[in-house]
Amino acid sequence: MSSAVQKRYPEVWRKHTPRETAARWLWIAAVAFASAWSVSALDIEWVFFKDAHVQAADLAGRMWPPRWAYLPKIVAPLVETIHIATLGTAIAVVFSVPIAFLAARNTTANGFTWAVGRGILVASRSVNTVIWGLLFVAIFGPGPLAGIAAVSARSVGFLAKLVAEAIEEADRGPIEAIEATGASTFQVYVVGILPQVMPVLIGTTVYRWDINVRESSVLGFVGAGGIGIYLYASINQFAWQQVLVVLLAILAVVVASEAVSAWVRERIS
Amino acid sequence: MSTAAYPTSWRPPPAFFGTRTRQHAAVIAALLYVAWSVSTLNIDVNRALAGFGRAVDLFVRMVPPDFSRGELLVRGMVESLQMAFAATLAGVVLSVPLGIAAARNLAPRPVYLAARGLIVVGRTFHEVIIAIFFVKLFGFGAVAGLLTLAFHSVIFLAKMLAEDIENVRVGPIEAVRATGAGFLQVVVYSVVPQVLTRSVGTAIYRLDANVRHSTVVGIVGAGGIGQTLSASFSRYDYDFAAAILLCIIALVALGEWFSDWVRAKLR
Repeated sequence: MSSAVQKRYPEVWRKHTPRETAARWLWIAAVAFASAWSVSALDIEWVFFKDAHVQAADLAGRMWPPRWAYLPKIVAPLVETIHIATLGTAIAVVFSVPIAFLAARNTTANGFTWAVGRGILVASRSVNTVIWGLLFVAIFGPGPLAGIAAVSARSVGFLAKLVAEAIEEADRGPIEAIEATGASTFQVYVVGILPQVMPVLIGTTVYRWDINVRESSVLGFVGAGGIGIYLYASINQFAWQQVLVVLLAILAVVVASEAVSAWVRERIS
Repeated sequence: MSTAAYPTSWRPPPAFFGTRTRQHAAVIAALLYVAWSVSTLNIDVNRALAGFGRAVDLFVRMVPPDFSRGELLVRGMVESLQMAFAATLAGVVLSVPLGIAAARNLAPRPVYLAARGLIVVGRTFHEVIIAIFFVKLFGFGAVAGLLTLAFHSVIFLAKMLAEDIENVRVGPIEAVRATGAGFLQVVVYSVVPQVLTRSVGTAIYRLDANVRHSTVVGIVGAGGIGQTLSASFSRYDYDFAAAILLCIIALVALGEWFSDWVRAKLR
């Protein structure tokens, strides 16, 4: 038997070719190297871990029992947190639709407008809500307005990206039918494409709203309104029993908003 | 012939809410909500309007971005990356036991409920809240950030792993069990091969998410580029802040591209 035949029909079965095996080992080596480099370069003081559980238990002890008398004071900021999330999401929806049309390959005017649309998506999505908060506090001063702006700045990219994908996958049939009536481009977009992407837009909006409630709970850390200010203040005053009340309140609001969001999304799909 | 049966104008039906009356009701309810929420938020209109002028001012001060303190910038970015890598590693390792405990078809009922409870509570709190506790416990710096990201990674990866395990086909499990294999052998020989590829994909996704989140935990002093950014904002050092923001955008976009590429290859 020639060696070429033997190469094609080997005696021993192997799952991967030598090339695949080499690639796998290279990946594993890269991961191992990156991990080792990261862990060693961070200068971890392992001594701290020794008494971490004691420290954590001590902190938990100071938190108990929760000071429920603090609860009435944080109802208004909790409502404000939800308002920031809701208004921020609403503004984002309004801006996300035109940006989505700009960033979708089949509806954008030319290569330049497409690049602009994609650029907005990337910039909006890459900067965290809290960092947007930092920026808008510098613009509007501390308060819920900065929070609303931050939430909408981050959500615009999130919504527009998914809507743009839906536009690119839109069914050609209705679009051609509307075009055949002599409709203008704007009319084609509004009557032919928008109804097709509506379910995606609504579903994503409700999903993003629930993420935004969670994000709004920390916007106060940078001065952008909501419950975060009270949490930060209580921690800085070492008022741990108040901290526990605030944490439980945030837990309740976030779990409730998640349930609402899941319920709505189930109903519309 | 009646003209009523053939109307001369046509309006598209409302896209949702069913009828036009219900659509109007929904619009009115939305407007009432906006009026109520805006009135409780005490938004100062003058300050809001002044903000637009200040935004222009801020933009002018940000351009051109100042890359002259490159060393500080690179150190912060590298620290963020290291936090993300190390946190993903810790997350992958620790999520395996928690994921198995949170899978309904493998874990006993009480263990399952406890693990699910931990996942729900852990997912609720934003990274920054977790970070502030780790900063209190471990002091300022990257270790607190690393632990924050690791905590969230464990919770996220365990949730995804548990769902993957719950969706495995029972055939292989029963086959391995029929050979008289113990619990660990059942897991290794029938569950692991079914969930491995998806888990690698989830871990890569989480690495990307950790890169994103590593840029923000620094706001409360948990290390990384976020700390540098926060400091530059509080010093009104806006041209440096602009440079940092551009680097964050580039890093996050690169991370997302990498994660999409690897996950596309895995499929």
